[in-house]
This record gives sequence, structure tokens and C-alpha cells, in this order.
Amino acid sequence: MTMPAAEPTNSQEAGFVAQALRNRSFLIGFVITVFIAGMALLSFFWTPYDVTKLIVADRMLPPSATHLFGTDQFGRDVLSMIMVGARSSIAVALVAVGIGMGLGVPLGCWAAARGGIVDDLLMRFNDVVFAFPALLSAIIITAILGPSATNAVIAIGIFNIPVFARVARAGALAIWPREFILAARAAGKNRTQITVEHILPNIANLLLVQGTIQFALGILAEAGLSYVGLGVQPPMPSWGRMLFDAQTRMMVAPYLALIPGFAIVFTVLGLNLLGDGISDIIDPKLRRQR
Amino acid sequence: MTAYLLKRLLIGIATLAVASIVVFSMLEIVPGDPARLMLGMNATPDAVQALRDQMGLDQPVIVRYFEWIGGLLTLDFGKSYTYSVPVLDLVTERVVVSLPLALIALALSTLIAIPVGIFSAERRGRAADTISMGAAQIGVAVPNFWFALLLIYIFAVWLRLVPAGGFPGWSAGIWPALKALILPAIALALPQAAILARVTRSAMLEVLGEDYIRTARAKGMPRRTVLWRHALRNAMIPVLTILGLQFAFLLAGTIIIENVFYLPGLGRLIFQAITQRDLIVVESVVMLLVAMVVVVNLLVDLSYAIVDPRLRTNR
Repeated sequence: MTMPAAEPTNSQEAGFVAQALRNRSFLIGFVITVFIAGMALLSFFWTPYDVTKLIVADRMLPPSATHLFGTDQFGRDVLSMIMVGARSSIAVALVAVGIGMGLGVPLGCWAAARGGIVDDLLMRFNDVVFAFPALLSAIIITAILGPSATNAVIAIGIFNIPVFARVARAGALAIWPREFILAARAAGKNRTQITVEHILPNIANLLLVQGTIQFALGILAEAGLSYVGLGVQPPMPSWGRMLFDAQTRMMVAPYLALIPGFAIVFTVLGLNLLGDGISDIIDPKLRRQR
Repeated sequence: MTAYLLKRLLIGIATLAVASIVVFSMLEIVPGDPARLMLGMNATPDAVQALRDQMGLDQPVIVRYFEWIGGLLTLDFGKSYTYSVPVLDLVTERVVVSLPLALIALALSTLIAIPVGIFSAERRGRAADTISMGAAQIGVAVPNFWFALLLIYIFAVWLRLVPAGGFPGWSAGIWPALKALILPAIALALPQAAILARVTRSAMLEVLGEDYIRTARAKGMPRRTVLWRHALRNAMIPVLTILGLQFAFLLAGTIIIENVFYLPGLGRLIFQAITQRDLIVVESVVMLLVAMVVVVNLLVDLSYAIVDPRLRTNR
């Protein structure tokens, strides 16, 4: 991966916007992501129906004008549940990325700045955590701590740490030998100052791309955990749980299994396109290959 | 090469050691007394204490840890609290479902992804490339358990070609058993194939841009030979790395997929064990899964050395 030669300047940032508007992946991904995030935000103030109200007489209604996506086995409006479910998905995935970045980036930067034995030990430990199947560990962690959204966040977050540590370290190692770092050292700055002032701004792009990828993976992981009953707990709607409930009713109401699935695919697709778009823009060498 | 493989082997052993400490201490903090759980609510305190002594639960943590490790190394996994049968029996019974499932999925994923990746790289920017990479982009976003539901709906409920779930056992014959595994394997494989196809394509593109490929073409070597002999071999390193990671992912994925299809594999065993607080089963299954992942990663490291002759001399 190549890095920008120096810290981003205003003209480079203007170039980013212009390039972003011309990049199809970025545009589609951005629109989808904003749409889903907007839907989740909107659900705090308004949903077509109340998702906590069970109307048994209206149960399992197929999609219609009054219930755009139909109703579930308790008569809850599926569209409203999708909107509220977006909230849980985004919250879990976002905080998990936050945990991964918050702990992984300092570790990776520290390893790159110190080198030697610190670097070796940290990276070996990273390899060990990496070798664990993350989903398996997430299942065990949530099973032990008890199933809840918070524990799902912790479980997914822990496995984001080595990912960010690795990306931050690789990025930082490419910046350290540069001349402007040498200049900063000559000016008497210590490693922490250099890391904060010069390394971080230069690897921010890489971290942003990895962030969108881990965010998408977090959405998938949350859906999987909720599906097996270890994520967001009912009555709070979640996409994974909706799929679990739909499984036994697939013969009568296939739309119940289709709609939450499409919501997950749409969201993850949007985030992946956004990530691809950003990395295309910041790293033109990769674009040749796409 | 010996030094390189020795180093990888040491890392593998270290991984297992750390994993064992993590797993052991995690389950150590779980509330609940296994002896009481086994005997039920009506047991007298004396009976519970007797069982605790028999199970060695009152010994210091360190002693129990090393006894457990010693047991794992001699294939003595202990006895399940709830089933009262040796854990080894439970595990072998289940591993013959999970491992073939993960391996079939891995084979399917490789067989689909590598040709698609090469095909796309060859036709970069053309319609075939755009379509297959668009499909891969969607494939990456599909959760495997949802894909499994769709497959059940289409092939089991609607077309009635295969069973919707359950497993007849290998004793029922190879064909019925395979038939029960085919949908779960496809559900696991396709999202992974999408990732692998993308990696293969970009690794191939990277290599196809190299000077030696241009040279090979310029000297009149047939396109096919260039592609298969020069390009693919050099593109294999990133592809093999992903394959190793995918095996771990597939193995973990079987946990959820087995629940979708009601397959009696390790995944369902671990779920039942977790809900019944059958800690000794949980510990053993987790260690077994991690060990399988470590072994596969070692095989991947070994295959690097086969694919890339430089590794045989340099490191």
C-alpha cells in the first residue's frame, strides 16, 4: 500500500471530494449507508407502527398498502421492526469497531514505534488471537457472560482489536522511515508526539477503510449471534432474531424470512462498496486492479 | 526451510497454550457448581461434596489446569457432566459430521472461486468480469444462515430434492449422508467463495502486471501456459493465506449452520453443553476446534514453502 507523500493539505481534500463524486462504488455505498443510518435515526422519533404493541388479530398479514412489509406472528409491523432493528445492528457494530480501533490502533502504533521485542511480542500475541475463530469465541463469551446486546458488542469488539493493530502497525511502519519523520525527530519530538502528530493523520485513510470493512463484518456477526439467540434480546427487534422467528413459518409467510435478509445484505453491501470506494480514491494504484 | 517451519510450529504450539489458558480461565469464572448441577437440586451436601472430591474440584486451580492439559494430550478428555459418557466418545460422534461438512464447503468454495477469479482477471474490465465481481460483491454481503434458509425453501420445501434438515448418520450409507450435508455445505461455501474469488482475481492481476509475464508473452509462450504456469503459481500465496483463514471461518460457521439444519455436529454439541453448563464438554470442543485451525494454518505455512522455492532456502 502506498501512502500520501505528506500530510493531507486542503487541495488534496478538495481532490478527495471531486474524486468521490466520480467514483461509482463510493457513491452507491455512501447513499445506501446514509439511507440505512437515516432509517435507524428516524426510528427513534417515528415508525409506521409501535413495535412493542402486539395485535394478534393482525398477525401474519402479507405485505399490503397498510403494512408495506406485512406483519409478524404477533401482528407487529415488519417495516417498523426493520427500522428499529437497523438501530441495534448499527449500534452493536459501531461500538465493536470503536473498541477495536480504540485499543488496536494504539497497540499497533506502539509496536511500530518501539520495534524490537515489544513489536515481536505484540504481533505474536496478535497472531494467537487471530487464530481463534472469532465467531466461536463470540458465542462462548456471550454464552458465559449471558446473552445480551452489550455482551455481543464486547465479543465482536475483542476480535476487532488484532485487526486494527495489524493495519495500524503496517501503515505506521511505512511512514516511520520517511523524511518528514526524520525532520520531526531532529526538531526534538518524542515518539509519542510523532505518532500522534504525523503517523496517525497519515494512516487515518487506511483505518477508515478497515473501519468500514469491520463495520460490515460486525453487522453480519451481530445478525448471526441474534439468530442463535445470543445477541439483542426480544422484545427489542433485531434482524437476526426476525430470521430465526421466520424459519419455522417459511411455508406460510416466506416474506418474513426474505425481508430481514435483504436488509442485512443491503446494509453490508452498502458498507463494502463504501469501503472499496474510499480505498480506490486514496490509493490509485489499487484502482488499476479493480 | 526447517528453521522456517520450526518457527511456525512453535507459534502453533504457543497459540494452543494461550488458547488453553484463556478457555480454562474463562470457564473458571462461570457461576455454578458442576457437582451440584450433575446431582440435581435434591442432592444432600454430603453427596455433592463426595462428587466434588471425586472430580477433584477442590484442588488448586494450577493443579486442575495441568491435569486437564495432561488429559487432553493423552486423549483423556474426561467425562461429560450431563451425558455421563466420556467426552471423547461424544466428540468423535460429532466430529464426523462437522469436519466433513467444513471440508466439503472448503472444496466447493475453492472449486468455484479460483476459476472465477482467474476468469475475471483474464477479462478485466469486460462484461464477464463486471458481472462475476458484482455477484461476488453481493455474495460477500450474504449471511450464510440466511442463505441456508433460502436454500431450504427452494430445494427442500419447494423442489423436495433434499431433506430440510437432520442427519441420517454415515451408517445409513454415503449417499443419504452426503445428501443431508449438501445444502449446509453450499450455504457455508458460497459467501466464502465470493471472498476467495475476489482475492484470487486481485492476486492474479497483480502478477499479470509483472515484467516476467510480459517477457513470457513476448517470447511467444502460449497464453494458457503463461496463465497457469507462471501467473497462477505466483498468485497462490495470498490465495493460500485466505484459504487457511477460511477453514477456521467455515469450522466456526458450522456452529450456526448446524443449528439451521439440525445437524448433530460439534456446533450443536457446544450449544447444548453451554446451556447445560457442561463445562468439560465446552472446554474440550473449543480446544479441539482451535487445534484443527492451528493444524490447518501449519499446513498452509508448509504449502507456502512448496509454492515458493525462495522460502525453502532463505528463512
